[in-house]
Amino acid sequence: MFGKLTLSAIPFDQPIPLISGGVVVLLIVAVLAWVVIKGHLPYLWNEWITSVDHKRIGVMYIFLAMLMLLRGFADALMMRGQQAVALHSDGYLPPEHYNQVFSAHGTIMIFFVAMPFVIGLMNLVVPLQLGVRDVAFPTLNSVGFWLTATGALLVNISLVVGEFARTGWLPYPPLSELNYSPGVGVDYYLWALQISGVGTLVAGVNLTTTVLKLRTKGMTLLRMPIFCWTTLASNLLIVAAFPILTATLAMLILDRYLGFHFFTNDGGGNVMMFMNLIWAWGHPEVYILVLPAFGVYSEVVPTFSGKPLFGYRSMVLATMAICVISFMVWLHHFFTMGAGPEVNAIFGIASMIIAVPTGVKIYNWLFTMYGGRVRFTSPMLWSLGFMVTFIIGGLTGVLVAVPPADFLLHNSLFLVAHFHNVIIGGVLFGAFAGYTYWFPKAFGFRLHEGWGKAAFWFWLVGFYVAFMPLYAAGFLGMTRRMQHYDVPEWRPWLLVAGVGAILILIGIVCQVTQLVVSIAQREKLRDRTGDPWDGRSLEWATASPPPVFNFAVMPDVTGEDAYWLIKAHAKQQGLEAKAPDYRDVEMPKNSPTGFVSAFFATIMGFALIWHIWWMVILGLVGAFATFVAFAWRDHDEYVIPAAEVERIDRTNIEERRGLVTIAGGA
Amino acid sequence: MSVVAMAHGHADPHHLHAAEHEGPAPKRIVTGFGFWIFLLSDIVMFSCFFATYGVLVGETNGGPSGAQLFDLKNVAIETALLLLSSFTCGMASIAADMRNNLWFQISMAVTALFGAGFLALEAIEFIDLVERGAGPSRSAFLSAFFSLVGCHGLHVSAGILWLLTMMAQVFAKGFRADIQRRILCFALFWHALDIIWVAVFSVVYLLGSAV
Repeated sequence: MFGKLTLSAIPFDQPIPLISGGVVVLLIVAVLAWVVIKGHLPYLWNEWITSVDHKRIGVMYIFLAMLMLLRGFADALMMRGQQAVALHSDGYLPPEHYNQVFSAHGTIMIFFVAMPFVIGLMNLVVPLQLGVRDVAFPTLNSVGFWLTATGALLVNISLVVGEFARTGWLPYPPLSELNYSPGVGVDYYLWALQISGVGTLVAGVNLTTTVLKLRTKGMTLLRMPIFCWTTLASNLLIVAAFPILTATLAMLILDRYLGFHFFTNDGGGNVMMFMNLIWAWGHPEVYILVLPAFGVYSEVVPTFSGKPLFGYRSMVLATMAICVISFMVWLHHFFTMGAGPEVNAIFGIASMIIAVPTGVKIYNWLFTMYGGRVRFTSPMLWSLGFMVTFIIGGLTGVLVAVPPADFLLHNSLFLVAHFHNVIIGGVLFGAFAGYTYWFPKAFGFRLHEGWGKAAFWFWLVGFYVAFMPLYAAGFLGMTRRMQHYDVPEWRPWLLVAGVGAILILIGIVCQVTQLVVSIAQREKLRDRTGDPWDGRSLEWATASPPPVFNFAVMPDVTGEDAYWLIKAHAKQQGLEAKAPDYRDVEMPKNSPTGFVSAFFATIMGFALIWHIWWMVILGLVGAFATFVAFAWRDHDEYVIPAAEVERIDRTNIEERRGLVTIAGGA
Repeated sequence: MSVVAMAHGHADPHHLHAAEHEGPAPKRIVTGFGFWIFLLSDIVMFSCFFATYGVLVGETNGGPSGAQLFDLKNVAIETALLLLSSFTCGMASIAADMRNNLWFQISMAVTALFGAGFLALEAIEFIDLVERGAGPSRSAFLSAFFSLVGCHGLHVSAGILWLLTMMAQVFAKGFRADIQRRILCFALFWHALDIIWVAVFSVVYLLGSAV
């Protein structure tokens, strides 16, 4: 009846997952109870869960990412704690649990923190920057988000029902094959990623189409803000790379479920084919994450330097160059495969070439600041911290791109230090910069600066204290993923790294405090103008939070830095030189399609993991019924009358009037 | 239009290079374009299965190879059915453009029949292989073969399901603009499956039988 699922799947003998899982379940129940009792359920359902507004969906993506960051960071603390004590001893985490912890940490941080964070930012900002009213496929957008949430849910269910993979964040065969991983851990991994992967693909198709087909009048490609360019590059990579992940994981699923021989030791399977396929996705994935972060810096640095971005066209070229070259370097993840000196040399050189466009970007940001009147707000601090940190991470990357060096450093803590160096210093700092920078756009009030700066400094110092020692431990020969060890020389470095993790923890506490304090003091931090930072691109041309239709009148773009031009023009001519021509606005209706399909996807995923076949069929039928029901809708849009549009816009113009004098003066 | 371009030429240092942009594309273009992007991603997925097949085609594990298994006559009929279904799918698109309900339904029904015929032949082939002890777990070559061809078959099955809902939608709602857009996407999907089949036919069956 319930396939492989029995009561013994719940780890009653392991206190850590049980207690933490119990606390989380209690918290969820408490929040749900509060929502229902306070009568917020209709609001939540109408305004958020069924919303197809790209801004709301973006916010939900980011919220999911921040929640999952807490989960992934808890895993990190457990690992640092374990390695701090596990000299000549077993520590406090048994091996099978420790292995799940590092696998879950990597999986969650990449797929359910970094991905939703950047996709959330792109969703929130790109339509505003392009001067349009929504993304190309609003309902699909909602489906994409909810499928991502489904994946995150499945990974977290594995905490208390069954187990998670013990294979690392990429399930290398033959370890991940049925012979060596007979439990449901790998299946949780596979189905969580297949489902959220569909969500990511949907987001990729949606945002690519939005950028290429929906730009407002006059917004030629070469007038787009760089964040839109990096969004385009990142989503092209999603469209081209995520199907590879889907196919690869599908093959592993076939191996595990139906006895196929893609990656098995016997039957003619080829293990290294998995490495090639997974990294053909995995390396572009790195750039899927970091390119949007580069985009954030390219918005933050000019704004707070009060200057246009230096070298706009070289930035575009560098972005697209990275987009293309990122597909030509995958083999550097396994130089030790033994493909021979020629192949390794080619991939080593290709990897080093990526440093060139990245260097172009760094110089562009530096020259943007040069001669500018730099305001050291917290988004700017994150950007500066990024530049220093990312250069170090990039240089260690060039080092491991040298095949002979890689043979020594492969799978060592040096590598772990390197990729945390670029992903924390590059992606996460960018995500935090974007979060602080665009928060007032999403909610109409700024985040508290003091707490933001405190968070930045704890994160920055914590990062260096936590990861620089890992470079050293790597040089001393320590490999990654060790549950215990008996080399006393490694110990001091691991203790220091543990202190660094605690500093980062304080940074995260500061961020949570910042959010709470900012909400409490929102009237004091209120931004009524819609343009709190004296911004340059179109998202600042509308109110904060923007009305559901974003722009009362579709903007007509006349050059780069579109909003800056509008402000300069308004300074000369006054804001209402010409009365806008308000029209009725058609907006897509809310739809529960995303939520309902995610509901069925959750059922189906869970059933597939536990081999509950009748439930799989139920889920499939439900998903198809949702599709038909959606197709059957008669009205998918509603109309906001011109008078209402005008009223909303007038209010914003009044608020904004005072600001114009400041803007034009710069 | 050139007057407009000239008017803000001075604000844009690149006005000589930047073609004037008219604003968001119409919905039909947006939908079709988005669906093309999806199809490209689908083709990337197929390319993985093709690549895998290329790597594993020689790994027969002491079992039968393609030359011993493939029945080109069966495959030729399959190919004919699928290509004919693309033709009738094209007829359905024309009928939809002309808003002719009867011809649309007839063409779509025939398309579905051809598709079902294709699937039936494929199923017979698969069952026959399994019965001869050449199922997907026999060897890596057969794993790759069943996955590649089966993945295409799954797409055709999903396509038929979609086709039936399109017939029902047109029957119940008529040729509404959004339904027209869906018909456009369906047609793109169906033709793309044909293209993939041509590749499957050439790479798997023709090359496989020659060895």
